[in-house]
Amino acid sequence: MSWSGFIVITLLKAAAVLAGMLSLAAAAIYWERRICAFIQGRVGPNRAGPFGLLQPMADAVKTLLKEDYAPGRVRKFYFSLAPAVAMFPGLAILAVIPFGSNLNGCPMVVADLNIGLLYALAVNSVGVYGIVLAGYASNSKYPFMGGIRSSAQIISYEVTMGLSVVPLLLLAGSLNLGRIVECQSGGLFHWMIFRQPLAFALFVIASFAETNRLPFDLPEAEQELVGGYNVEYGSMRFAMFFLGEYANMIAAAAMIVTLFLGGWTLPWFGLDQQAATFWTGALHIAIFLAKVKLVVLGFIWTRWMWPRFRYDQLMSLGWRKLLPLALANMVLTAFVLWARA
Amino acid sequence: MSLQDWLFWLFALQAVFCALMVVANPFSRNPLASALFLILCILALAGLYVLLEAFFLAAVQVLVYAGAVIVLFLFVIMALGLQVEERQRFRKPVLIGGIAACATIGAILAATLATGIPKNVSGTSMEGSAEALGRLLFTKYVLPFEIMSALLLAAIVGVVLFGKKEKR
Repeated sequence: MSWSGFIVITLLKAAAVLAGMLSLAAAAIYWERRICAFIQGRVGPNRAGPFGLLQPMADAVKTLLKEDYAPGRVRKFYFSLAPAVAMFPGLAILAVIPFGSNLNGCPMVVADLNIGLLYALAVNSVGVYGIVLAGYASNSKYPFMGGIRSSAQIISYEVTMGLSVVPLLLLAGSLNLGRIVECQSGGLFHWMIFRQPLAFALFVIASFAETNRLPFDLPEAEQELVGGYNVEYGSMRFAMFFLGEYANMIAAAAMIVTLFLGGWTLPWFGLDQQAATFWTGALHIAIFLAKVKLVVLGFIWTRWMWPRFRYDQLMSLGWRKLLPLALANMVLTAFVLWARA
Repeated sequence: MSLQDWLFWLFALQAVFCALMVVANPFSRNPLASALFLILCILALAGLYVLLEAFFLAAVQVLVYAGAVIVLFLFVIMALGLQVEERQRFRKPVLIGGIAACATIGAILAATLATGIPKNVSGTSMEGSAEALGRLLFTKYVLPFEIMSALLLAAIVGVVLFGKKEKR
């Protein structure tokens, strides 16, 4: 393929992925409000459009039209920079996620990196700056507490997250996410969730902590910090934090699906092989999206069923329990592989 | 010039400019601005690694430095408060230390350049996969690697000792 053709196709794929991600984020916000309402025995937003389906659009219009207001004593530059930084990782991770096999022979991943997994971890680790900067720039105490909490929390759980995927790499023998999906084909019990259940549990817990979702949403903690890092924000800047949170959640769900739940494959009807026709390719993308939506549903459900951790409990869980478990799992997997070889 | 050349100059200029802004920012003496420029500098270096086809090194550079080390810097900057540093002027011991460090690094750089840049370096040994790098680390460079791990272990033990509350 020529350079210009490559660039055009990559741009097209990137645009499609971004559009899909943003509409999925809007949908996730709607689900969050509806599911939360159902769990609490309420109705939830049901006025805008049928079943309240137009609620995300109404929200978007509202936040766009509101006055772009910044309180007097904030550090202006960092205050505007923070929401943009918060949006970045959720969108950038999608570049390496294989969201389908191929359409007419064109591989359905924006960038097929050989170190895709490391790239995802690296981009994810940069995500903390949005919240930390917001906390610093707001120049007031609750956001500051939120920012401090967030930086410590995300660094702690990043270690667990990084170590929990090492057994997967040992099994797959590659850092390429496409290769990791391929090695999960050939039967339901080839999925990493069944071969590495402990790694799955650790990765999911770490994902919750990295995306600031309950039970680990200490940087926002409405009851103690009245919203934490986003207290001083309003209108579109607040909406960007909000959207960023859901984008991060969807990116985390996509990572979980790719690493543990077989990516775009299904173990039946030969759907775990590269697509031969256009329609099978489209079906693979649909399967991937359905899996991501199920995981996002799990994220939302968890949020409304669990109380929040205390900060010392969070740190103790991360460093004293999850980290040793991740290390033990890594050594055990390496030992078993060595004994078998 | 090819696309790679353009990208090289872009990343190289970004790295040098941001490195200058870390230590000599004319607009702000805020340590936070320095830390953020350091992140941009690290990202530029990661870009240069990618151009050298050392993808693994690039990802680890971002993961470790931008993702963890600078977050800790920010943590410390935010927790200490900024007023003192913002007003601080140059002090003699700091200046002498800085000059000594610069001289050492300059000497190492000069010595390296004097030994000559190897011709036709092939990037194939590190291309893409992390396997080649791992192999090198555990065979040819195993001694420096193990010395580094011993150093890190000593640092961890030291931190635990500092962090422990004294028993009364």
